[in-house]
Amino acid sequence: MQLVLEFLALPFVQDVLKILFILLLFAMPLGTFMTLMERKWSAAVQDRIGPNRANIGSYRGRGLLHIAADALKSIFKEDLIPKGADKFLYTIAPFFSFMSAVAVFAIIPIAGPIGDFKFQVTDVQPGLLFIFAITSLGVYGAVLAGASSNSKFALFGGTRASAQMISYEVFLGLSLMGLFMVYGSTQVSAIVEGQGEHWFGLIPKWGVFTQPLGFVVFFTALIAETKRAPFDAPEGESEIVAGYFVEYSGMRWSSFMLAEYIAIVGVAALITTLFFGGYQVPWLYHWESAPQWLVTLLQFGKFASFTFIFCWFQIQIRWTVPKFRFDQTMALGWKKLLPVALLNTVVTAIIIVALA
Amino acid sequence: MKFKVKKVDRSEGLREALYIPGIAVGLKHTMRHFFRNIVGKKDVVTIQYPEEERPVSQRWRGRHRLTRRDDGFLKCVACYMCETVCPAKCIHIEAGEHPDFSVEKYPVRFDIDELRCVFCGLCVEACPKEAIRMDTGVIGMAYHSRESFNFTRDLLRDTYTPNEKTKYTDADLPKPLDQQSALPNSRGIPAP
Repeated sequence: MQLVLEFLALPFVQDVLKILFILLLFAMPLGTFMTLMERKWSAAVQDRIGPNRANIGSYRGRGLLHIAADALKSIFKEDLIPKGADKFLYTIAPFFSFMSAVAVFAIIPIAGPIGDFKFQVTDVQPGLLFIFAITSLGVYGAVLAGASSNSKFALFGGTRASAQMISYEVFLGLSLMGLFMVYGSTQVSAIVEGQGEHWFGLIPKWGVFTQPLGFVVFFTALIAETKRAPFDAPEGESEIVAGYFVEYSGMRWSSFMLAEYIAIVGVAALITTLFFGGYQVPWLYHWESAPQWLVTLLQFGKFASFTFIFCWFQIQIRWTVPKFRFDQTMALGWKKLLPVALLNTVVTAIIIVALA
Repeated sequence: MKFKVKKVDRSEGLREALYIPGIAVGLKHTMRHFFRNIVGKKDVVTIQYPEEERPVSQRWRGRHRLTRRDDGFLKCVACYMCETVCPAKCIHIEAGEHPDFSVEKYPVRFDIDELRCVFCGLCVEACPKEAIRMDTGVIGMAYHSRESFNFTRDLLRDTYTPNEKTKYTDADLPKPLDQQSALPNSRGIPAP
């Protein structure tokens, strides 16, 4: 018993356990669930029923079995590599997409710290700069897939994806400048800690209230980073079939899709953490005698429910807004979001200096 | 030559340029549908086909049936009118002598190849005795073999009553026609 406890106290073991919990019990299931929910919810938006036919015997589970059916199908499908494709790059491209989608969860705290123990895989010193680094690695997935497929459509998709993602990273970074100034740190734990305070003991000091413009720009840029509607010109099914992963099949194609849905969860988690207080439950400080386990549970519940709501909101936006033409995507980014993000930074700086 | 060119103002107003009001209007619309369909009243009009069936009109030309007299025997007098008029040549009749002299003939075989049938309804119009009708209301027929679609007289006669739908499998199809047992007895009533 003593040995087990000592083993569990090792930092390395704790990190592995955290990774397993956050990835395998939170991010991956939610991402997989989103693949089905995207279809069910879009059906609800369009007055349809959605998938409900996959069954085991007479049990259908309201379409839930489609998740298992999809997975089984794509595992047993043939894994094609097109003639003339660069085999090595073609094979590793999905890993880049998948890795960058998953790595976001490394710095997201899912509940408040208990003493020294943090519910966060790693609280790296550069904090959100890590996110920018990881999302720019995600470009490689699209670019390598597009360039190595030996297909014109894939190449178009890859080019569009690289241009779009690289330019939206600019606003991704700029939109958070204000946030860094308000909470005085780029470290995630510090930002979440700062959002636990209240104005006049009433309004929680969430990022969305201190940085409304930053929130809009950041959200837009993140949606563009995940290459979903209205910024899905790289995939543009009406013009270039499926864009950069048009030649993929089987489980490799699935890992692209799964990466997209995990990225949705990642975006939702980021938005929750940075702009909606993360795990901070508002007005909980009034209840000082609350037992620690209940507080942690409440914090995790708040974080999970907000993440879920933002997953839903992204899907709702995807089924509401039509696709931008590629030049419109670029125009929106450089002509509108960039000035807005810069303005936000300047105004925030002026206000902070004026208040200080 | 001078062309009259109409200049269209395509400059964006502030409302257009902000995008957010437009997105909000769209979200209002989609969310209304979303919440109506997830909780509460459903606007979904989908018919879950194999379980539910679309209600069909009384005049819908569905699968055929052969009607009976009061004494239970077929109304059909094997006059070949339907077989003659059929544009798809899917009806095959073999006549036999009816013991009741006022009836003269009855169909020993009355086969309809439903794979060839075009459901035009001309056989129903041609029939002088109202012996063949298409009022079963059966929309879809799906079986596993070609032979199953060759509906014999007894299937057309026995298994269908109007407005009463049942499901059919290959097992419901009759055995090859036993002419001897199909022959009516002296009172004109077919053997059970």
